[in-house]
Amino acid sequence: MTALVPTRDDVSRAPGGGQRRRPALPASVAISIVALAGAGALSLLVGARAVPLAAVWDAAHPMHAVVEARLDRTLLGLAVGAALGLAGALMQGLTRNPLADPGILGVNAGATFAMVVGMTAFGFSGMGQFLPLAFVGAAVAAAAVHGIASLGRDGATPMKLAITGAALSAGLASWTTGLLLADRKTMESFRFWQVGTVAGRGTDVLLAGLPFLILGAVLALAGARLLNTLALGDDLARGLGRRTTRDRLVIALAIVLLAGTATALAGPIAFVGLVVPHVVRALVGPDHRRLLPFSMLGGAVLVVLADTVGRVVLPPSEVQVGIMAAVVGVPVFLALIRRTGRAL
Amino acid sequence: MTVTLGRPLTTEPPTPSAPDALDVVRRARRAPVRHHRRLLAGLAVALVGAFAARVLLGDYTVTVPDFVRILGGEQIPGATYIVMESKLPRAVLAVLVGVAFGVGGAIFQTTLRNPLASPDIVGISLGASAAAITVIALAGWTGWPVSAAAIVGALAVALAVRAVAGDHGGFRLVLAGIGLAAAMQSVIQYVFTRVDEYDVQLVLRWLTGSVNGVAWQAIGLLALALAVLLPATGWVARSLRATELGDDTAAGLGVGRGRTDLLMLLGVLLVAVAVAAAGPVAFVAFLSGPIARALNRGRTTLPAAALVGAVIVLVGDYAGAYAFADLNLPVGVVTGAFGAPFLLWLLARGPLRGHRGRRAA
Repeated sequence: MTALVPTRDDVSRAPGGGQRRRPALPASVAISIVALAGAGALSLLVGARAVPLAAVWDAAHPMHAVVEARLDRTLLGLAVGAALGLAGALMQGLTRNPLADPGILGVNAGATFAMVVGMTAFGFSGMGQFLPLAFVGAAVAAAAVHGIASLGRDGATPMKLAITGAALSAGLASWTTGLLLADRKTMESFRFWQVGTVAGRGTDVLLAGLPFLILGAVLALAGARLLNTLALGDDLARGLGRRTTRDRLVIALAIVLLAGTATALAGPIAFVGLVVPHVVRALVGPDHRRLLPFSMLGGAVLVVLADTVGRVVLPPSEVQVGIMAAVVGVPVFLALIRRTGRAL
Repeated sequence: MTVTLGRPLTTEPPTPSAPDALDVVRRARRAPVRHHRRLLAGLAVALVGAFAARVLLGDYTVTVPDFVRILGGEQIPGATYIVMESKLPRAVLAVLVGVAFGVGGAIFQTTLRNPLASPDIVGISLGASAAAITVIALAGWTGWPVSAAAIVGALAVALAVRAVAGDHGGFRLVLAGIGLAAAMQSVIQYVFTRVDEYDVQLVLRWLTGSVNGVAWQAIGLLALALAVLLPATGWVARSLRATELGDDTAAGLGVGRGRTDLLMLLGVLLVAVAVAAAGPVAFVAFLSGPIARALNRGRTTLPAAALVGAVIVLVGDYAGAYAFADLNLPVGVVTGAFGAPFLLWLLARGPLRGHRGRRAA
C-alpha cells in the first residue's frame, strides 16, 4: 500500500538514488501547474457548445458570454476541489487511515443533514446561513464517527472508521429524506443540490464561502509539520514535545472548515478526498509539507476536469460532478481495499 | 457413560432426591429446541398483533366483524375501499417484504459470519434499486421487466463484491460493498435529477423503500416468488449450522462451497424480489438476523429472522403513517432513521472480531 508514514526507504532515498525515483520538486510543480491550466482552459472551452480559444480573451467575440458563464462554475470547481483534496489529505494523515475521505467518513452527510434541518425547520435560504450549520453538522458527524470507531479493543482501525462512517451516512440520509418529504418545496431544489454539482451557482455563493476555505487552507498548510510529527505515532510525537491532542484539534478544525464549506457550496461530493492524496503521494512522497499543497492542486484539477467531462459525456444533459467523482473514485477505492485488505 | 450401566456396579445406593442424570441431559438438549418453538410462537403472535393493528387501526378504524365481512366480499361504503385498496395490500406487502429481507439478511450474515455483511449494507439492495430506477426513468419500462432489472442489478453487485473481496470474507467484503453501495447511490441520484417533477415520488420509493400504493398484482408476483424461494432456502439451509463454522470446517463436515454459494444466491434473489416490490427498505435485512439471534439465545434461526423482519416492516410502516402528525413517511425512512443508531451501537460495543470466529450479536 502507499505509505502514509515516511518509511526507511523514503528517508534513505531522499536525496536521489534508489530504484523508484520520484520526479523532482520542480517537475511536480510544473506538472501540477500545466494540469491546472489545462483543466481550467478545457472547462472554459468545452461544454454543450464548444467555444474557440479566441473567445476567451476577446470580449467582443460572439461566444464570449458563454465563457463568462462558465467562468463562475470553473472558479467554484477549483475552490471546492482544492478544499476536498486538502481535506482528504488531512484526514488520511490525521487518522493514519488510507480509506479516509470526507464523503466516506460521514462528514458530508453531517453537513447535508444540518443544512436540510436549516432549510425545513428554520426556512434558511442564504449561503451565509447555511455555512455555520454545515460546519456544525460536519463537526458533529466527524466527532461521532471517530468517537464510535475508537471504542472497543483495537481502537479506530481503518475498517471500523469506514464502516461507522457508512452507517452514520445511511442513517442521516434517512433522516434527511424524512425531512424533505415533509417539505415538497425544499425537495425540488434539494434533489439537484444533493448530487454534488458546481453548475448554476453564482459568484456570490463562492465569495460567501471563500473566507472559510482560506482559513481552513491556512490552518492546514501551517499544520503540515504537526501531521508529520503525528505520523510517527502518538508516543513518539509526545516524546518530541508535541501536544498531540491540541495538534489533532487544529487539524480537525481545518478539516471541518474545508469539508463543511465544500459541502455547503457544491453539495456532497465523495471520493475526491480519497483519490487525490493517493495519487499525489505517489508523485511527491509522504511528506505532508509537499503532500498538502499538491493535494489541493490535484483536487482542483480533478473536480474541474470531472465537471468538464460531465458536460459532454451523456448529451443532451449534464452528469453532475458528484457522480463523475464517484465514477473515478469507486475503482480506486476498490483497488485500495484489495491492497490494504491483504493485511486483514 | 456410567448412568447407562445400571445400578449393580455401584455399592452405594443412589440418593433418592438426586434427579436422574439421563433426564437432566435430555432436558438440557431439548431446551434450545423448546425455546426456539416458544420464540417462534411468540413472534407469530406479535406478527398477528401488528398485522391486525395495521389493518384495523389508524385514522380509520375498522371493527373485526366488519373486516371479516369485507373479506367475505361484502361492500361496506368507504370501509371496503380503504381496507381492500389501501390497508390490506400495504400490510400484506409489509409482511412479505419483511420476510424476504429478514431471511436474505440472515443468510448473508450467517454464511459470511459477519453481522455487517447484510445485503443492504454491502450494496445489493441498492444495486437492485439502481437498476430498477434506471430502466423506469430512462427507458420507460413498467411492470415485471422492472423487477427483472432489479434482480439483474442485485446479482451484478453481488458478483462485483465477490470479485473484489476474493476469498477474503470479513471486512474486506464489507468495505467493497460499501464502495459499491456509494456508486449505486450516485447512479440513483443521477437518475433522480433526470426525472420530471411528477415522477419524483415514484423515484423516491426506490431511494427509500415504501409499501404504500402497491397493486395486488405486484403482491401476487412477490408471493409467487417467495413461494418458490423460501422452501428452496429451507432445503438448502439444512447445512447452515455447518456453514457457520467456517469454510474449512464446513468442507470437513461434507458441506462444500457450492452449497454455501447456492444459499447466498437464494439470499440475493430474496432481497432482489423484495426490493423490486417495495424498494430498498433500509436496515431490515441488517437488523432481523441479529435480533432473532439474540432472542434465540445466540443461535441462528432463519424462521425467527423472517418473523422479526415482517414485524419490523409492519411496525415501521405503521409508525411512518401515523406517528408523525400529517406526515406519511415511507417505511424505509423510519427503519433507516432508527436502524442506523442500532448499527452504530453495535459498532460501539465492539464485538466486531469480524472475520475471525463467531461473533456476538
